[in-house]
Amino acid sequence: MTIETLIWLIPLPPILAFFLIVLFTNKSKVLSHTIAVGAAFLSWLGSIIVFVRALGVEHLGKYPFESSVNWLPTGDTWFRIGVLVDPLTAVTLFFVAWTVLMIFLYSVGYHNYGQPVGDHDDKGLPPHGATVEEHGHKQVVPSVEPMYSRFFAFIGLFAFGMYVLVLSDNLLTLFVGWEIMGLCSYLLIGFWYAKPSARDAAVKAFLTTRTGDVFMLLGIAYLYYVTGTLSFRAVFTEQILHTLATVPSGFLGFSAAGLIGLLLFIGTIGKSAQFPLHVWLPDAMEGPTPVSAMIHAATMVSAGVYAVIRMFPLLSLDPKTMAIVAFIGAFTALFAATIAVAQNDIKRVLAYSTISQLGFMIAALGIHAYIAAVFHLITHAFFKALLFLGSGSVIHGMEHGVLHTGNHEVDPQDMFNMGGLRKKMPITFWTFLIGGFALSGFPLITAGFWSKDEIFAEAFGNGHVAVFTTLAVAAFLTAFYTMRQITLTFLGEPRTKEAEQAQETPWTMTVPLVILSVFAVAYGWVGIPEHFPLLGVLLPNWLHEFVGGTLAEAPETTAFNWVPLLTSLIVALGGLYLGWLTYRNVNSAAEDRLQIPLLKNKYYFDEIYDRVFVKPAYWFAENVVYKFMDQGLIDGILHIFGPATQGLGAFIRNHFDLPVINRFFGDGSADVTYWFGGKLRAVQTGRIQQYLMFALVVFIAIGAVLYFFLLA
Amino acid sequence: MVPLSWYLIFAAALFSIGLFGVLSRRNAVAILLGIELMLNSVNINLAAFWRYGDVLQMAGQVFAIIVFAVAAAEVAVGLALVISVYRRRNTVVADEISMMKW
Repeated sequence: MTIETLIWLIPLPPILAFFLIVLFTNKSKVLSHTIAVGAAFLSWLGSIIVFVRALGVEHLGKYPFESSVNWLPTGDTWFRIGVLVDPLTAVTLFFVAWTVLMIFLYSVGYHNYGQPVGDHDDKGLPPHGATVEEHGHKQVVPSVEPMYSRFFAFIGLFAFGMYVLVLSDNLLTLFVGWEIMGLCSYLLIGFWYAKPSARDAAVKAFLTTRTGDVFMLLGIAYLYYVTGTLSFRAVFTEQILHTLATVPSGFLGFSAAGLIGLLLFIGTIGKSAQFPLHVWLPDAMEGPTPVSAMIHAATMVSAGVYAVIRMFPLLSLDPKTMAIVAFIGAFTALFAATIAVAQNDIKRVLAYSTISQLGFMIAALGIHAYIAAVFHLITHAFFKALLFLGSGSVIHGMEHGVLHTGNHEVDPQDMFNMGGLRKKMPITFWTFLIGGFALSGFPLITAGFWSKDEIFAEAFGNGHVAVFTTLAVAAFLTAFYTMRQITLTFLGEPRTKEAEQAQETPWTMTVPLVILSVFAVAYGWVGIPEHFPLLGVLLPNWLHEFVGGTLAEAPETTAFNWVPLLTSLIVALGGLYLGWLTYRNVNSAAEDRLQIPLLKNKYYFDEIYDRVFVKPAYWFAENVVYKFMDQGLIDGILHIFGPATQGLGAFIRNHFDLPVINRFFGDGSADVTYWFGGKLRAVQTGRIQQYLMFALVVFIAIGAVLYFFLLA
Repeated sequence: MVPLSWYLIFAAALFSIGLFGVLSRRNAVAILLGIELMLNSVNINLAAFWRYGDVLQMAGQVFAIIVFAVAAAEVAVGLALVISVYRRRNTVVADEISMMKW
């Protein structure tokens, strides 16, 4: 099998798993998860083989693995679709394959496989627990998810979308994968559809990302209109890029490249939850706790960043677009970090941290720090996947405690109900700590430090002081709220009985945590800048050389400078220390002085959007569309038709139907027939010989006539 | 050979006699007899045309035989009807069997 064939085959197992589960095995839990995890494993295996092979190719950027087929006839030419593995795809494929496999494995444990069926569990609601008798006394244990198979079908489809997106060699199939994930995101957020909040969140996520997608589709259409191709390799040729950069778009002085880049970037704003379309991501935490959350943190939202990184050669043509990208990224990074500080839900903190970290990547891209953006994308995927799975594990442990005490008033996701979990859940604690430190950028060891440091270095080295400062403050806040989260969750003493009863989760959940924590540490070492003191000499900057090959001109390495490094150290360590100092003795939300209403309510964005978009939309629907258009105009016209037709009908009935049809033709013909019948019935005597006589006379008469006319 | 016209005139005469019988006789059985005469006059015509036409074509004879069969069947049904009517109404006079008027 050639490597190209293998690349074509990578996305297939998950979609096959989806159909197999939906069509055949949805009754069997064990078959469904075996098929889904097996499919994820096959895709993982293929991805790793492709990745290893890609490492062995010199100048992969110039000579990538690619293969395409004719798909749509477009006039005399064909629209070709295919697969492409260049260095960027290879590294993305690597983290996607790992995280996807980990989600699949983790889901088995998270949905309580092997536990009894719940006492009163309904489809569309989270499992409530089951009562079992053990050693003579009754005990409540977690119960298995009622729609277990359905979940695995959905994440199978989701994995297919992600692989399609990553492996596409053109924007159209990338967009197809993009939309499949949008659908799966909707299905998974609304997985517990009987919960109104989950339903609303699903609709919100779908509509918000759709807003971005419409613009992205416009961008794709415009790109096709200008260049006649959507293939990355074809667009990123010098000639076409030159055309794109010089053709004016007629919109605010943007070049065609600038406008296309901007439109595609709006798609990313929706998908990667950047300001102002960030509102859906925190609500997406309504999905099955860690798994859907992880999809919305490590994999799918990365797709948005991946798309702009992919289109970087196009985006970088117009400085105005790049300025917008940098601004949105940096602003989002800071803005989301400030909200995360005041959140109490363990998952919501991570959700805002995701938005913030994605902002880092976008900002890095906006200041032409291509490698840094890719680097942070990968490290973030690993440590954020780790953190989300860890938070799911924590919630799972807390739910165990809630079932044990039977006090369902206690929210298992509220960090102020936790505390002291490090003793109850040691594996979760240590892995979460690693993830948290990677997120904060704990110096030298963690992956997050190296990628974030590179962004700082690039921003500072290329003179983007505003971006640098904003990101530094955001990074400080990141370290602060991460430590707040760790302190509140794991350190100190248990603040509730439920936290005392929390229990470590099964191996299917902890193994992925351990594997991901290895990457959260080790992946940083592949991208240590070569000018870094001491370590730079020891470890070559493999990532820079490898990923740099994707671009036509490999980006230059920035000279080493102490300022960004020191900033990075100070914000990370300072934030962590301050976080610990502030929260080590805080026992309840009331004692938390950072519960500022403005931050707690996310700057009232939901309320503002509600006022500005949702309410007017309802008002418009109610008053203009329904009352004016539908009831007034359409119904008004229809109501004219009704009486008018009725009047016309009455007129025709009275002046035509009744006198002419009924009286004249209807009754008249009957009367005439009656009259004739009355006259003629005398003829019918019943005497057979008389009839014959008539017949003979008539026959002779007719014969005579015929004879007279025809023969004579 | 006797000319064809003789046969035709004879057949026409026979037909007219039969028709007269059908129209004038009161007895239903006699009417049936008249019908038989008319049918047989047709048979004469068929045979005559056959003989004076293409002898190898058997159609005329075959038709005559079919008419025999039809006539026999018709008489059987007709007589059965007459007997049935006689049993019910005690008459075989056609004019008196007039219940099929309005």
